[in-house]
Amino acid sequence: MKSTRLFAGLAAASLLALPACSGGSGSGSSSSTGSATDSASGASSSATSAAAGGGTLTIWADDKRAAALKPFAEQFGKDNGVTVKVQAVSKDLQAAFVTASQAGNAPDVVVGAHDWIGNMVQNGAVDPVQLADEAAFDPQAVKAVTYDGQVYGVPYAVENLALIRNTKLAPNAPKSMEDLVKTGKELKTSGKAKEIMALQAGQNGDVYHLQPLVNSAGGSLFGMTSDGMPDAKQVKVNSPETVAALKKIAALGEKGSGALKRSITAENAISTFTSGKAAYLVSGPWAITDVKKANMSYDVSAIPAFEGGKPATPFIGTQAFYVASKGKNKSLAQEFTTNFVATPELHVALYKAEPRRPALVEAADQVKGSDADIEKFKAAGEGGLPLPAIPQMSAIWEPMGKAEAAIIGGADVQKSLDAAAAAVKKSIG
Amino acid sequence: MSTATREATGPAGQPTRPSGKGGWGLSGSSPLALAAKVVLLGMVAAITVWMAMPLIATQSWVLLALLLLSALAIFVVYLQPRYIPPKYLVPGVIFLLLFQVFPVLFTVSTAFTNFGDGHRGSKEEAITAIESSSVKRVKDSATYSLSIATKGDPATGDLVFLLTDPKSKEALIGDATGIKPLEGAEVSSLGRVTAAEGYTILNAGQASTRSKDISNLSVPTDTGAIRAQGISRAYEGVKARAYDKACDCIKDTTTGATWKADGDRGSFVNDKGEALSQGWRVNVGAGNFTRVFQDKTLQTHFLSMLAWNFFFALAVVFGTFAVGLAIALALHHPRLKGLKIYRILIVLPYAMPAFAMMLVWRDMFNQDFGLINQLTGASTNWFGNPWLAKLAVIIIQFWLGYPYMFLVTTGALQSIPTDLTEAAGVDGASKFFSFRTITLPLLFVATAPLLISSFAFNFNNFNAIGFTTEGGPFPPESPQVGGTDLLISYTYRLAFGAGGAQYGFAAAMSLLIFLIVAIISIISFRRTAALEEIN
Repeated sequence: MKSTRLFAGLAAASLLALPACSGGSGSGSSSSTGSATDSASGASSSATSAAAGGGTLTIWADDKRAAALKPFAEQFGKDNGVTVKVQAVSKDLQAAFVTASQAGNAPDVVVGAHDWIGNMVQNGAVDPVQLADEAAFDPQAVKAVTYDGQVYGVPYAVENLALIRNTKLAPNAPKSMEDLVKTGKELKTSGKAKEIMALQAGQNGDVYHLQPLVNSAGGSLFGMTSDGMPDAKQVKVNSPETVAALKKIAALGEKGSGALKRSITAENAISTFTSGKAAYLVSGPWAITDVKKANMSYDVSAIPAFEGGKPATPFIGTQAFYVASKGKNKSLAQEFTTNFVATPELHVALYKAEPRRPALVEAADQVKGSDADIEKFKAAGEGGLPLPAIPQMSAIWEPMGKAEAAIIGGADVQKSLDAAAAAVKKSIG
Repeated sequence: MSTATREATGPAGQPTRPSGKGGWGLSGSSPLALAAKVVLLGMVAAITVWMAMPLIATQSWVLLALLLLSALAIFVVYLQPRYIPPKYLVPGVIFLLLFQVFPVLFTVSTAFTNFGDGHRGSKEEAITAIESSSVKRVKDSATYSLSIATKGDPATGDLVFLLTDPKSKEALIGDATGIKPLEGAEVSSLGRVTAAEGYTILNAGQASTRSKDISNLSVPTDTGAIRAQGISRAYEGVKARAYDKACDCIKDTTTGATWKADGDRGSFVNDKGEALSQGWRVNVGAGNFTRVFQDKTLQTHFLSMLAWNFFFALAVVFGTFAVGLAIALALHHPRLKGLKIYRILIVLPYAMPAFAMMLVWRDMFNQDFGLINQLTGASTNWFGNPWLAKLAVIIIQFWLGYPYMFLVTTGALQSIPTDLTEAAGVDGASKFFSFRTITLPLLFVATAPLLISSFAFNFNNFNAIGFTTEGGPFPPESPQVGGTDLLISYTYRLAFGAGGAQYGFAAAMSLLIFLIVAIISIISFRRTAALEEIN
């Protein structure tokens, strides 16, 4: 009698458990990402029957990319009889991916910047890929996704900084940094502008945006290995050349001409330019959308070099597709990234989501007819180094940024850089 | 749970003894209570099954046993009428374990490991990662067109690669033993094998379900091995690095370099002391704690940082308390008109998302574009000077925090009986005197625990710094510790800044900070107990 009652209770409970657990297992995969929004392709169409036989391919990308990818992913799913899920992860995609990968909930494909590669590789989260036709891609993009002699991603977009100028205020592209400062100062004194230039130096520094000027003045952050890769063992943050370069930058700072200011930050640099307060903006293709919205006449040119200096080359950034090492469907992921992603149509669609230059030469050629900025940004990035992907680089960014901010504020150059170098060496070990 | 009380008192209202040994209790309850019980227990079963599945998949048998035992315990407790007290205690205990004890245990256990970027998984995972990322394409080798086929059932049969050489268009068949020419194959115009005698070619959908088998199949050749890249191409690659069990090391076959496993560091290290970037998680004992104590920067700056940290937390707590109390007193007048409007206006900052308001405030303090400098006509570099930056973050916290203190003190004031102060007035005490000697002590009794918890919160108020100054301004001669750095914001940078994410180190530091806060809180609560004696 006792036991029958217990069983009755258990039976009732397990009956309830059945629908709950089938629902639970389905939502379990997406709940791990928190902000992921499911968009299974063709869930209601004929793809469902194919999906029963075929596998599932899960792709993680940021919001904009996820939306642009969706129709293509659906096409891939239909062509191959598989279910493709594109999930948008709006914040900290790399960290979410690495964590999910460790927990065994990794997607099959992830979309992101090339400087993630170092960290993803040391955490065993991505696999090398074999590009079908390396020559079809922009050589700078291929170089960027190459890490430790292996290609780790299929690049789809290339981006770099350039000088964007308000042609109403400054009709001609400056010949040199000195020329830019001179024009900027004139505009400031005549009251047409409030700032000489909008370059987001920031309260705590911004190495990425300042590096073109440092390069032009002959400075460097790190040495190179024999095969042309950044070498974290050769820290050049306080080398004599870098000190000399930062002295030139100090002359542009708050105690100098005032072209560089800590009060110009990532939040206000673009709006300072679009509201006409500055005639020059140092930024990347991502700023163009805002500039166009402001309905102003503008032009894009290379960041001007110091007189008698080296070219002001920016870092080259690349966006790419990666195959997750711990994905459940690696073969399909490889098929998708190396064969399907490397089509001009997809590259053009992603370009339309945000105007960065497509990494496939053919796709870049297609869009440059309608978008003159593409070629101008490319010219501005000529000779630039890829943004280093080695994980040790994170040890350089912070101390160097702070040193640069202090120098712009008028601090002693040698002292600031020595302190930064000490901090870098301490954390690299 | 409502059934428990019903069972305790019988239908006629007379107390019935819990039926002791017998009676699995689904009887003696109202239908509604019974239904609630079945639904709730059903949910427990459902959650158990849902939680068990990943545990089975990852083969975590200990956790699975724990899960099943606790599920069993829940069923026993609620199906047996005799366990009355556990019926009330179990839900609370479960939540306590889940949300308090488990995270604390996890933090403590993490504090003794090197868990972090590059050391996340097991040694086996690190070896797999090293080996698979070392597969390089054989120089000048061909890319083959690939079809995946089997002699048996597409879902389970052994797989073979049907390849076509791009130049000769010759069809080949490869399996785990090697590669040989394939007879009787149909090759499409694109160069892919579309049919072969005796073999079923897998379509994309079928192939995608065999992903693991495809990845694991490598066809040995003289110079390396042919592996699939996706499901339509294959390439000849060679695994440059392999794990050697005999020497517990990784060997590079092309360069001859070796990296020996170092169980203390969780890395493969060569004789120069250089480690491969893919490591694994190991126990490092007290290593993380000694690292905190040996940190030179922390040694030289610890006292000044701690002093500022205390000052910040105390200033924010008592500042907001003073402002909140002053406003509460001003509005604590029975004949005030429009009281509700005032209160709503005052509480408004509390209702807005704090992090967004901090970002707004940060921009308002901007030297050239900020509202504050524009209104005052000054060009104060708020975040450039350590003292002004300290002032700025405290101002921001005042603004964010005073509505809370206003709400708390308003409530406390209303609960203090007015006859006490009236009696004091009759005895000739001044208003201020009666406030100081009667209202304030009573107020403190009511609000002291809140002040202590507010102090503990502000002592670790990472957002207050992270969203505004990020710890800055940083002195150029020692850029590690900024003028507004709290212990928590400094340690966050130490653990997640330059060296990638180092969870083990971060856990160790948070334990140390917890110790500081815990000691202060214990002392404060003892003093509060003394305060209560006023009553």
